[in-house]
Amino acid sequence: MSILIDENTRAIVQGITGNEGRFHTRQMLDYGTRIVGGVTPGKGGGEVEGVPVFDTVAEAVKETGADASIIFVPPAFAADAIMEAAEAGIDLVVCLTEGIPVNDMLIVRRYIEIRGTTLIGPNTPGLISPEKSKLGVMAGYIHKPGPVGILSRSGTLTYEVVHQLSSLGIGQSTCVGIGGDQIIGLSFSDLLPMLEDDPETEGIVLIGEIGGSAEEEAAAVISERVKKPLVAFIAGRTAPPGRRMGHAGAIVTGRSGTAETKIAALREAGVSVADSPADVGELMAGRLTS
Amino acid sequence: MRIHEYQAKRLFAEYGVPIAPSRTAESVDDAVKAAETLGYPLVVKAQIHAGGRGKGGGIVLASDRDGVRTAAERLLGKPLVTDQTGPSGRIVRKLLVERAAQIEEELYLGLTIDRSQRRIVVMASRSGGVDIEETARTDPAAVLKEEVDPPFGLRPFQAFRLAHRLGIPALSVRPVAKAIRALYRLFIDLDCTLAEINPLAITEDGSPLAIDAKLNLDDNGLFRHPDLRELRDLNEEDPLEVEAAAANLNYVKMSGNVGCLVNGAGLAMATMDLIKHVGAEPANFLDVGGGATAEMIEKGFRILLSDPDVRAVFINIFGGILRCDLLAEGVVAAAKKTEIDVPVIVRLEGTNVEEGRRILAESGLKFETAADLKEAASLVAEAVKEEG
Repeated sequence: MSILIDENTRAIVQGITGNEGRFHTRQMLDYGTRIVGGVTPGKGGGEVEGVPVFDTVAEAVKETGADASIIFVPPAFAADAIMEAAEAGIDLVVCLTEGIPVNDMLIVRRYIEIRGTTLIGPNTPGLISPEKSKLGVMAGYIHKPGPVGILSRSGTLTYEVVHQLSSLGIGQSTCVGIGGDQIIGLSFSDLLPMLEDDPETEGIVLIGEIGGSAEEEAAAVISERVKKPLVAFIAGRTAPPGRRMGHAGAIVTGRSGTAETKIAALREAGVSVADSPADVGELMAGRLTS
Repeated sequence: MRIHEYQAKRLFAEYGVPIAPSRTAESVDDAVKAAETLGYPLVVKAQIHAGGRGKGGGIVLASDRDGVRTAAERLLGKPLVTDQTGPSGRIVRKLLVERAAQIEEELYLGLTIDRSQRRIVVMASRSGGVDIEETARTDPAAVLKEEVDPPFGLRPFQAFRLAHRLGIPALSVRPVAKAIRALYRLFIDLDCTLAEINPLAITEDGSPLAIDAKLNLDDNGLFRHPDLRELRDLNEEDPLEVEAAAANLNYVKMSGNVGCLVNGAGLAMATMDLIKHVGAEPANFLDVGGGATAEMIEKGFRILLSDPDVRAVFINIFGGILRCDLLAEGVVAAAKKTEIDVPVIVRLEGTNVEEGRRILAESGLKFETAADLKEAASLVAEAVKEEG
């Protein structure tokens, strides 16, 4: 088992004719992901990497029966692309685009809520259920199938943790990049119960960072209904307040969003929080065997 | 992006948020000239991107020509230190000379994005002119809120209700509601992430007047507003940060002495935390991006080394789709062009890592390579210790 995606997921790529879209369509196909179509407005009728291209998502869904979409569309058009996918009845939308205006995302959130669409991202590397399906840009080969679910606000820091786990012989059930923006789709608190209920997942790693209160909200959900061993790392203890640290959402505003309050909340909920990012893999190994 | 008070007030004027007559001045003579046109009493306000200007002496009341001249002479061209500028302060290059109003009461009005509610929130309080976060903490009931459902926007009844709930004199309720609606329109139209008026004065005739003005613009929304891009004041930013931004790199200068170069924001923050964890202090945050090219690595490396505080460099790259051999070539190219007299610790992992390590080893340059994050951390600790 895994969450959100598996070998049966049928995905389309929005923005398939762009450089990024084309490159990662090839990478995902090579990984074994079932990419059944692509969408670029005005470029329907052609093929990219052997995948048929459509003008609209509605058309692509009708012709291919796709249930998921991955979006490689520039920031100015990405919010619209998410809404087009939702309107066409796509269940799972993964938006990788970085730089979508926050006001656009406020509208998108309401739009997808009304239609019951699940959104991952934006500003995410995507998600992967090792050896089943990958809807994202992470290097597939560092992942191994196994018992640990990973939820993260970061990209390369997640690769680091995956690498630590894989090196210790611990594989992953599903790794989800929830996105580094202020307004995102599924958050830690939505995904934790899914991993808790996934029979294949035995332990969970949560990788948070400064800004917002997603980790505090996660801690509340953990206390309430997560029994599986949990390890966390919160990036940005050394980040100066008021400064945006790369991700649009990584900013300490006034007294809120600090690493300290997040770490305290998670520890209070029984989570093992690593002091050093180098220790996450070993901490998880310890929690799994004890 | 932050903008100055005088810039925010010009935008206020466009949207109908009430402000007092004012002019900007960059010289003492200009300030006096502005004052003569506006009439007295006046307020002379230093234009810097930091709060706490009042307490720091950056806002001066002047009742005549001499008062304006003295204030302008004292402020212009000199650093202003406030509790938000750090000890070296910020150089004052521009003044806002503004007619002083007869203030009956000071309110707070602010719009911001509540991330967990995913709504724009309008906040108002009768305790204006003070730190609103402090008020929210000590007396939460004193901060009134209206949440905006994004597709529908702030409805007129909400603006009226908020003004009404403040308990201000009846005569001021409608004008304040009107100011709230104007500020909301500005917030949406210009892609703001924060719009704050603290204080929003109620003057003797019961009208609202924005005494201060703070606007933060969404960097991601600027592509829609080329005119607002022009409002950026590079004088208010660290020159290295400006240079980095021009090269599409995320760089934040910090006070430590271990420079770091990392791909990806999360890993970059984690790397700073790791440096601190082993007893050293990071000199910067530098994210060359998850999809960095060899050229970007090279540019980042040069920016890093131009910081005179840097005593050791830690390069931490996890190449995924991005190949380690390409990254290594970038690092070697940069190192060969730059004179390096500090230890450079490199931790490389990911696609084509063997090839990347070989390139580093055969470069003839003195890199200390670490096999994993743990080893890298201890190498950093050693390097700093040797430096004393």
